[in-house]
Amino acid sequence: MDFTFHDEQNMLLETTRRYLGKDYDFAKRQQIIDGFSATAWQGFADLGLLALQVPEADDGLGGTPVDTLLVMTAMGEALVLEPYLASAVMATTLIAQLGTAQQRAALLPALLDGSLIAVPAHDEAGTRFDWTQIATRATPMADGFVLNGQKCLVAHASSAQLLLVSALLPDDRIAVFGVPCTTAGVRLVSYQTVDGVPASEVYLDQVVVTSDALFDHAGTALADMRDRALAAVCAEAVGILDKLLAATVSYARDRQQFGVVIGKFQALQHRMADMVLHCEQARSMSFLAAVRCTDADLAQRAAALSAAKVVIGQACRFVGQQAVQLHGGMGVTDELIVSHYFKRLMAIELQFGSTDQHLEAFAAQLKAA
Amino acid sequence: MDLNFSNDEQAFRQLVRNFIVHNLPDDIRHKVTRGLSLGRDDYLRWQHILHAQGWGAPSWPAAFGGPGWSATQQYIFDEESAAGGAPRAVPFGLKMVAPVLMQFGSPEQQQRHLPKILAGEEWWCQGYSEPGAGSDLASVKTRAIQDGDDYIVNGQKTWTTLGQYAQWIFCLVRTDTEVKPQRGISFLLIDMASPGITVRPIITMDGAHEVNEVWFDNVRVPVSNLVGTENQGWTYAKFLLGHERTNIAGIGIGKRELARLKRVAAQQIKHGKPLLQDPLFAARIAQIEIDLMALEITNLRVLAAEAERRTPGPEASILKIKGTEIQQAITELLVQAVGPYALPLRRDAMAEGYDGEQVGPDDATALAAGYLNMRKLSIYGGSNEIQKNIIAQMILGL
Repeated sequence: MDFTFHDEQNMLLETTRRYLGKDYDFAKRQQIIDGFSATAWQGFADLGLLALQVPEADDGLGGTPVDTLLVMTAMGEALVLEPYLASAVMATTLIAQLGTAQQRAALLPALLDGSLIAVPAHDEAGTRFDWTQIATRATPMADGFVLNGQKCLVAHASSAQLLLVSALLPDDRIAVFGVPCTTAGVRLVSYQTVDGVPASEVYLDQVVVTSDALFDHAGTALADMRDRALAAVCAEAVGILDKLLAATVSYARDRQQFGVVIGKFQALQHRMADMVLHCEQARSMSFLAAVRCTDADLAQRAAALSAAKVVIGQACRFVGQQAVQLHGGMGVTDELIVSHYFKRLMAIELQFGSTDQHLEAFAAQLKAA
Repeated sequence: MDLNFSNDEQAFRQLVRNFIVHNLPDDIRHKVTRGLSLGRDDYLRWQHILHAQGWGAPSWPAAFGGPGWSATQQYIFDEESAAGGAPRAVPFGLKMVAPVLMQFGSPEQQQRHLPKILAGEEWWCQGYSEPGAGSDLASVKTRAIQDGDDYIVNGQKTWTTLGQYAQWIFCLVRTDTEVKPQRGISFLLIDMASPGITVRPIITMDGAHEVNEVWFDNVRVPVSNLVGTENQGWTYAKFLLGHERTNIAGIGIGKRELARLKRVAAQQIKHGKPLLQDPLFAARIAQIEIDLMALEITNLRVLAAEAERRTPGPEASILKIKGTEIQQAITELLVQAVGPYALPLRRDAMAEGYDGEQVGPDDATALAAGYLNMRKLSIYGGSNEIQKNIIAQMILGL
């Protein structure tokens, strides 16, 4: 077993942390309107973070999921709003894996230098966010396809130029289509989710795309993308959990009630000790998720990811709620970063399958000993 | 032992239920049952309707214009009101300052204020908490120094719920700094229109403006607005905190929100069946329903005990802890029931008169805000940690 990061990985983490600490502090984050800062995005591009998922053959850095883990942990610590996960991890992975030489040449350089933002548009209403169920249809026509359907909770659609829309072909295979947001028939109803991220309901009404928008045979690639994304949010959660624990302990050392610092109360010490247990269990599972999320053994991969999501979902709930509780009234205000961490954890708990969904998935695989 | 309400009490429940069904405006009921934002006018409109019926102040004795109900009747009224989708009574005037005025106020203060509270003509807010004080109320620092016929008040209050609507604030102020902290506190009524008062919103994590900071900068308050005796405010404050116990567990709210949870879970489909029939989710709902049943019986036991000895005991802490835990658990399950569709946080869609596009299931609009807002329950009114200390000290004798 080896739980160390090599020098280049440590450097990646430190560089990302240093940049975010300087140019993405809480005050600056709060000034970012609609969840996107072009300056920050360019900063990520300059650091090479947007090239991390791009294969070396396509002039990228060809990073591993462990590299992604480190970046996402730092992104969590700073509560980054920008579509790093959606565009630089998910869309980039999908395009690199599915794209023809032509499609990769057309899209990856722009994703890598930050001039293009692409986001997946996959989930649909009424499916309870089951990734295998979609109803959006792609009907072939002369030199292209017509798309009809509705995608829900598409994060960052309003900041993106390109949507990667999953749809069923006439033979019920799932394909992905690159659909520019400005295409006729694409309509967005946009709003913010609790974590400050912009999201949209995307309505596709007789949307015509040309044949070169098609990324075919998407079934496995979509699952691969989802698994990498799941591991990535687990790492993001760990960054947030650590920050919340540290903020709570620091508050307990300062805050006086009845003439003593509240950290002296044994009941609260035990509560914070439980927070530590959750944080460390979550960290362990974030490592497991990163290492297993590209595993060729699909059963082993699924079990590890579900287990990770359960442990991390429970940590999100416990640590988040306790951090707010122990901060007292201040914990529920908008002005402390604590409530913003709490809200991001609330979203992570539900992303890519809730704790209950993964508990059930794991249980479904149980075999008699 | 008989765990049924008497015939009279059941008839009373039916009377209240019928009244609410026929008199609560539909738009207000809609907002309450969906968890949407209530405005000042929503609260006042309902208070005016209740007042016209003679039910404006369920907990007041008949001598001051109350209906003269027993504690059990008040409990039934609160439960039916909540379950029927009525707004909660805004407690600061009716249930907090009014009992203090009845017990300790001068006849002039009673005549000046009580009728306007009853009729919903003047809105009150509470000036107890201060930055840095939290549950440690005896440490209040806001100063009141007598100058002729006035006190001059300087300081800051916080977590002032709905203070943006208030005409009056009742405050704990420090009138003597030389004595033990509890001994130098006075209870003062302050007109919010007085020069030198500034109200600043505190925005909470659900994006709502529900609480405020209130600043006092050389605010002149007539000495006639002192309640009772100078430096005896701690006694009145404790009286106030111990007074209102019938509704602390929120049984009615719990039942209403449980019904909402079941409604949402019946509409959500999982594996081709209503989520309400999903074994794991059904078990989670069942656990809450069972906890709520147990709490209801405990609440009734406490009420019965209080009816005999008339002093609220430390059992109130049990009601507070368990009641808030149940309400919070329901908001968590509501979020789980709709999954990621609970995440959109749309203050615009929660507000009066919104007619734009809906996102996600019909019931989902206020779920995120509801979950976030209810985190306050285990913090305010004496945090649940403080309640456990009370249990340890007063029940366990530790």
